[in-house]
Amino acid sequence: MLIKYLFAKNEDIPAGSSSVFFGFSAIFWFVIGTGLGSFNAAKLAFPDWVTGSEMFAFGHMRQVHVLAVILGWISMAFAMTMMYMTPALGNTKLWSEKLGLWNAFIWNVGLSLGLFLLWMGITSGREYSDIIWPVDLAIMFGVLLPLGINVWMTIAHRRTQGIYITNWFFGACVFFIIVVFAVGQSPELFNLTGLTEAYMTFWFAHNVLGLWITPVAAAIAYYTIPKLTGNPLYSHRIGHLHFWSIIAFYSTPASHHLMSAPLPEWLKSFASVEGVLILIPAVAFVANILLTMKGKWSMFVENIETKFSITGVLLAIPLNMQGGFQQTRAINWYIHGTGWIVAHAHLALLGMSTFLEIAAVYFGLQQILRRKLYSLALANFHYWFVLIGFCIYWISMTIAGLIQGAGKIYEVPYIDVVVAEHPYMIARWVGGTMVFTGNLVWLYNMYMTAREGTVVPAGRYAHEMAYER
Amino acid sequence: MAFQQHKLGAAAIGGMLGLSMTITLMFPSFDFRSAESTWVGLDKSLSNGRVIGFSYEDPTVTGANKPITVILDKDPKTGEKIDPPMRAYVYEPGVPFAPAVRHPANTGPTVSQLSLSVGKMGEATEAQGAVFAINRGEVNGKDWDYIENLTALKGWTPADTLRAATDENTRYVGKGKTVYITEGCWWCHTLLPEQTQDWQIFGAPPMLGDFNGEMPTAFGSDRKAPDILHVASRNSSREWMDMHFFNPRLVQPNSIMPRFDYLWGETDAHGNKIDFDKWRTEYKEYRAGTRIYPPEIPEYAGNSEVRALVDWILTSLK
Ligand code: HEC
Ligand code: HEM
Repeated sequence: MLIKYLFAKNEDIPAGSSSVFFGFSAIFWFVIGTGLGSFNAAKLAFPDWVTGSEMFAFGHMRQVHVLAVILGWISMAFAMTMMYMTPALGNTKLWSEKLGLWNAFIWNVGLSLGLFLLWMGITSGREYSDIIWPVDLAIMFGVLLPLGINVWMTIAHRRTQGIYITNWFFGACVFFIIVVFAVGQSPELFNLTGLTEAYMTFWFAHNVLGLWITPVAAAIAYYTIPKLTGNPLYSHRIGHLHFWSIIAFYSTPASHHLMSAPLPEWLKSFASVEGVLILIPAVAFVANILLTMKGKWSMFVENIETKFSITGVLLAIPLNMQGGFQQTRAINWYIHGTGWIVAHAHLALLGMSTFLEIAAVYFGLQQILRRKLYSLALANFHYWFVLIGFCIYWISMTIAGLIQGAGKIYEVPYIDVVVAEHPYMIARWVGGTMVFTGNLVWLYNMYMTAREGTVVPAGRYAHEMAYER
Repeated sequence: MAFQQHKLGAAAIGGMLGLSMTITLMFPSFDFRSAESTWVGLDKSLSNGRVIGFSYEDPTVTGANKPITVILDKDPKTGEKIDPPMRAYVYEPGVPFAPAVRHPANTGPTVSQLSLSVGKMGEATEAQGAVFAINRGEVNGKDWDYIENLTALKGWTPADTLRAATDENTRYVGKGKTVYITEGCWWCHTLLPEQTQDWQIFGAPPMLGDFNGEMPTAFGSDRKAPDILHVASRNSSREWMDMHFFNPRLVQPNSIMPRFDYLWGETDAHGNKIDFDKWRTEYKEYRAGTRIYPPEIPEYAGNSEVRALVDWILTSLK
């Protein structure tokens, strides 16, 4: 339905259209991505389940899952929030709704193409940069750059004196992701080889998390929590401490992903130290948000968006404690390359980041569509399924990782480790499938909201209104 | 508004990122550039070709236009016996050269100097193809491995060399590594024994110069299976590998490794169609206990993907 606006005049496009397009695309990719995740998990638990074709082989599907959730769900949800928060915080309109719509359209097409090719095995063989370079260029110029232009121009045309912390993050992070993406893909374009290639692959992988996924997710919370609770942000200064220390400390420890590769020792030590310093922005963020909740903690129980948001913030605590310390040499040798890391990755992406985005997508879609959420019961179902499913995933993979670590240092035959891990592989599959089920319900709930949700009168917030159903 | 926050902010942000990139990208690049390639590094680069994965020469990533590794026991030109047999890398006309040849600086200052002056590497052209090998030479009292261009030094042509080697001594290493990449073996396996442990079971960790000119390195970050950097030293049985790829549960009942029977392709070594359904039915009977022996696995064709994969494992992962 929004496709019709692709060729409309910019003035004729209703405000928020691109946000809605991005929002529904994001939910759709979330369902696809977690479905693939659940399928992969099943393959690791029951290797003989679906066989005989390369199309259902684990090695063909794992990267599709990873990139579908990162580029489809997480990044599109970011774009969705940028499209409505940036103008709202600048007291202005989005610079170009039309560009936003095209952005969303090309994003969907490009991502589908890239993932289809990966599925066929047409890959560059570089973790997180698997997509081949022609599609990379399309992502760079058709997806990231237009997003950046829209955000920057909206900020530059703001009608407020200052810039709120969320917009600082948005503006800077789209710039970072463009630079980081360009650097990360350069080995393919310029035929850089050897350790340079390996290091740049992980420089990209690290910074995509550090300068894109975690900070933008945090920026979203800086908007949603004050907006939902009606409390002003506890401290804008602490917000700035968070912002600047992210750039200083999070952009540097890339080599902590390669602690056992023959990289220069100074680089590894440097990365370790900088990695611990990531705790500074982490603590600043968590403290700032939790203090903003003062007097409004009842909303954590009563309001679904706050519930998601605060859960995400609380999950940031173990996330950063793990992150800060697991990359020091003292700990990394034990857990490197084990399921522990997979658990940690899902804590960051499926735990902290996803919960914050879900809240913003719930909130934003209701606001833009001027419709109240169709069903609170379904939303609560979604919350508990994602949370419990995630916890099962996280706990089981953490245990599996510790088993693997023990197997590694005691040098037991590897097959014994495989046998010992088996129950946890099954548990992971169960947990992941719960997440997937929850998301299906969410997609339905949002679709019904757009069609049949109670209309929200102008000047009111959806979450202030009672349910009529 | 005279004072624009976002202008000052943009400058500060750009400056900080620039500083961070100088430290984390530019400084390490000095270390990487000075790394001298080891034998392993040269061997990997020469046998993998320009790049593995999507590229101009191999857009569908099936291992097209890759160099071919051969084990020679006689001189392709004179027919003289070579003892012990030597390893050579055959680039047929038109096959793009490895980074080690295209950009000699990749192999490190001393090694590239030796390859160019003594090894005549610079004289090779892609249009005519070339045969390369690795030799050892001395500079300043230290031994170095370097690349020799045997087409220039001994007049070996790619065609003669392939003929002299025969199919039996031909190893499709570059194509095999391509299969490793496309099939995503590296999501479970690593090619990087860790420095802190792993020595006893998985062998020595790689050295700084082991990666020069390799693309992609794909040593893996997430281990669900043994490290296989040195697997051929533990287990060099082609028969075991074949059975293990067709169905890992044939040799290791508790394995979670997927079946790679589809790498056999449509037809077997004798050109007959492979009947996978029949095999599966018989295998089910075997698992159910109604058959004593598992069914025989098909013999694969010489140009099948699994042949290349096993070639790569048994040749490169020592
Ligand atoms: C789902 C994960 C998974 C994938 C994908 C996978 N493997 Fe494995 N592989 C295993 C496990 C687990 C073992 C150990 C048990 C066994 O021997 O089967 C193993 C064992 C091996 C071994 C024997 C190792 C030893 O130490 O003896 C080799 C060789 C091997 N795999 C090669 C490959 C290749 C080549 C591919 C890609 C075509 C591949 N594997 C894909 C999980 C995997
Ligand atoms: C938004 C949600 C999710 C995100 C962002 C996400 C992200 C990721 C990432 C980044 C990896 C790579 C991990 C690594 O290499 O260390 C990964 C792997 C994986 N994910 Fe997810 N994931 C999500 C949800 C799920 C769900 C619901 C499942 C279902 C079980 C799942 C199953 C898997 C599996 C099986 C792997 C492979 C792990 C391995 O190779 O050991 N994921 N995911």
